[in-house]
This record gives sequence, structure tokens and C-alpha cells, in this order.
Amino acid sequence: MTRARILQWAIVLGAFGLLEALCRFRIITPFTMIPPSEMVVSLIRIARTQSWFAEDTLYSLRNLMVAVVIAVFGGYLAGLVVHALPRLRACLDPLFSSYYSVPTFILYPLFIVLFGIGPMSLIVMGSVFGVVAMISATLTALDRIPRVLVKVARIEKLGPLRTIALIKLPAAAPHLFTGLKLAVAYCIIGVIAGEFILATAGIGRRLSLSYNNFDNATMYGVLLLILAFAASVNGALNVWERRIHRRWFR
Amino acid sequence: MTARGRMLDYALLGLALYAGWWALATMVGTDALTPPNRTLERAGELLSTASFWRHTRATGTAFAWACLLSLAGGLLIGLAVGLSRLATEVGEPLIGTLYTIPKITLYPVVLLAFGLGLSAKIAFGVLHGIFPVILLTIGAIRNTKQVYLKSARVMKLTRTQTALHVLAPAIVPEIVTGLRIGFSSALLGTLVAELFASEEGLGFILIRAMEANRVTDVMALAFLLFAFAAGVGGVLLAVERRFHHG
Repeated sequence: MTRARILQWAIVLGAFGLLEALCRFRIITPFTMIPPSEMVVSLIRIARTQSWFAEDTLYSLRNLMVAVVIAVFGGYLAGLVVHALPRLRACLDPLFSSYYSVPTFILYPLFIVLFGIGPMSLIVMGSVFGVVAMISATLTALDRIPRVLVKVARIEKLGPLRTIALIKLPAAAPHLFTGLKLAVAYCIIGVIAGEFILATAGIGRRLSLSYNNFDNATMYGVLLLILAFAASVNGALNVWERRIHRRWFR
Repeated sequence: MTARGRMLDYALLGLALYAGWWALATMVGTDALTPPNRTLERAGELLSTASFWRHTRATGTAFAWACLLSLAGGLLIGLAVGLSRLATEVGEPLIGTLYTIPKITLYPVVLLAFGLGLSAKIAFGVLHGIFPVILLTIGAIRNTKQVYLKSARVMKLTRTQTALHVLAPAIVPEIVTGLRIGFSSALLGTLVAELFASEEGLGFILIRAMEANRVTDVMALAFLLFAFAAGVGGVLLAVERRFHHG
């Protein structure tokens, strides 16, 4: 293990240790937060005893996966189109850049009207929230393709489709990956936010239910699960990204 | 492109959005989705009420604090971490993870810790805004072209000279990007906190309208918020362009 790795673990463990101590010594009261060790215990207990656990987790996971697929592919295609039309892009840029400063999920009730209460609304919510990150990343990625590569494509007389497939996609891949990571993160937020507001099932709904019932043990157990899930997905994508980068920029 | 050509493009885009919105509203029914003309009318009415401005002021206060703390704090932490190679290697993945966790799930924790009110909103705003600023500052330093630093070494510049004349101009454009994203994220955080955890502010009247199913109010408020964010976003983007080209 490298020195940096060891230090990272030390920081993470130290932070949890500090939190544990603060909770144990009642500097943070159990009404505010339960000690991290009890969160783990609570999560294990929920997973083993509650019948809703598997259902709600799978429900959210499935919706999330569909939302990510739509956001990533839809965002990539939309990015290609917008990149090809500079005038449209000039108009849309301020919209894209301010998109994430407004809580888009205020439009969730509209999705419920359009798609009903169920997976469809949550999927749309997730992908609508994630797609703009992917569009922006695609635009940046296409901008950063070296001119010379595009010229090579022209010299080789490649058609537009083959230029995309053989030159643009591979050249943009490392930067597209950043978009993928962001899109996943935003899809998680979108799906969970939708579940907070109104849903028939899902892990985010459990979180808000247990908060409303002052059930701190369940709430922190579920919270731990969501945060650990998001962190490990991000970690896995980071590892993958580093591998791609190593291969591309050797 | 000329300024007039650009205005024409904006007008065309606006027209297209207006038509799409109107078509959708007609399709799903005006009770479910308020058509644009009625939304704009309602937005105009809201702008002339005193209570709207009271809530706007509440949001503005919270946002100003959240923004200030995110930008200043993020810049300081980013510089402190970014200027040391070990700290970057250790800190960047950790901060990156903090950035990507769905912070919206933390609203019960923020509520329990800070209660309803201004401090919860500021805390939530900072929670959203500070990490992108830190990350982009670190990234800006790391992405500085090695050849710049090598030239500084070749010219035998001191550390201060290198920082002042080479590093600072090289990282400013990306830091401006960081500030813009920090600004948007802090606004999002503040509004989200108001949706779930407050007694005044634009987010608060929005969630009230949503719960009472006052669709027109939801649409009008969403429109005003988006117009504000897009307006400021456009200005910041223009500033950023100037830095990137200059």
C-alpha cells in the first residue's frame, strides 16, 4: 500500500472514530445522531428482519439503472447534435450551466401527472436530472478532440458516422467518462429526491418515512446504506477511469 | 457572430420552447400543466406582491452566506491541498467522494443538527457548494502544464515568483469555472434546504404550492427561479469566457 493510501484510510477511520466518540460522550445527542457503529448494527438488523428492505432497495436500484442508461446515451446523442450546431449551442450554454442551480425535482409532480405514480416517473426524474451533466461533458469532450484528428478523418474521407465511431468517440472517451460519473451521481439524487417527494416504494421513501416517525435507528441505517452505495459506485468508476486514462495517455 | 444574430437565435429558441411548452400543456390538460402565457402572468403577479419579496430576501440572505462561505472556504482548502503533491494524492479522492454522495439524503441530519431556519439553509448550501470549488481548484493546479513550471525553473524563478507569475495566471481560468459551479451548487443547496427544512424563502413557498397542488404557482416560481439562475449563469459564463481567452 502506498503512503497516500494509508493516510486516506487513517483520515476516514479517524473521522468515524471522532464521530463515534462525540456521539458516545453525548456531545452529539442521540436525538441528533446515533454513533456510526450503531448505524451499522441498525442497517444489519434492518436487512435481516425487515421484509421491505429487499423490495425497496431493488425498486430504487432498478429505477436508477434505467435512469442512468437513458441519461448517458441520451446525453451523449444530444451532445453530438448540439455540438454540430454552434448557434444552438451558444443559446443553450447558459441554460446548461445554470441547470444544476435550480432544484429540477420541483417538476416531479408534473411527471406524476404525465406518467403516474410509479417507476416511470422516478426514472424520468432521475434521467432528466442526470442528462444535462452528460450533455455538458460530451460537449467538453468533443471540444477537446485535437484538430489534427478531425483533419485526418477528412483526409481519409470518412463519412460523418464513421468519423464519430472511429475518431470522435475514442478520442473523447476519457472526457466522456467524467460525464458518466456525474450523470450517475445526479441520477441517484434525482431518483432519491423523487422518492422523498412522492412514491409508493423505494429506499429514499423509507428514509423520509423513518425521519417523519422519529425513528433515528432506521433512518441512519438507511442513510448509511445510501451513502455507502453512492461512495462505492463512485469509487469503482474512479478506478475504471484511471485505467482508461492510463491506456490512453501512456 | 453579430450581437443581432445572437439575439435572433435567442428569440428563436425562446419561441421554440414556448411552443413546445404550450403544446405539452394542451396535450396533458391545463390543470396538470399551466400553459406559458398563464405562467408568465402569474409570475408577474407574484413579482408585485410584498410576501414574494419577503421570501426572496430570506432566500437571498441564506444564499449570500452559503455562497461566500463556499467560495472562500473552497478556494482556501483547494489551494492548501493542491499546492502539496501528497495532500492532493490523499485528499482529492476523498473530497471527490464527498462531492458525489447524494447530499440531499443528508437533509434530515442537517435538520436535526441545525433546526429549522437560516443556519440549516446556509449549512446545506455550503455542503453543496464547497466541494466543487475545492476540486476545481485542486484540478486547476494539477493540470498546469509541466512546461510552464519547467520554464519557470529554467529561468531560475523563486517559489514566490513562480506562484505569482506562472501558477496564478495559469490557474485563474479554471478557478473562475470553479467559482461559477460553486455558485450554482450553493444556490441549489439553499433552495433544497428551503424545500424540506424551513419556514420562509422561495423554496418554502414552492413546496407549499406543490403540496396544495397549486400548479400555476409551482410553474411560475420554477420559471422565475430558472430565469434568475440562467441569467446569472449567462453572466458568469461570459466572464469565464473572457478569462479563458485572455
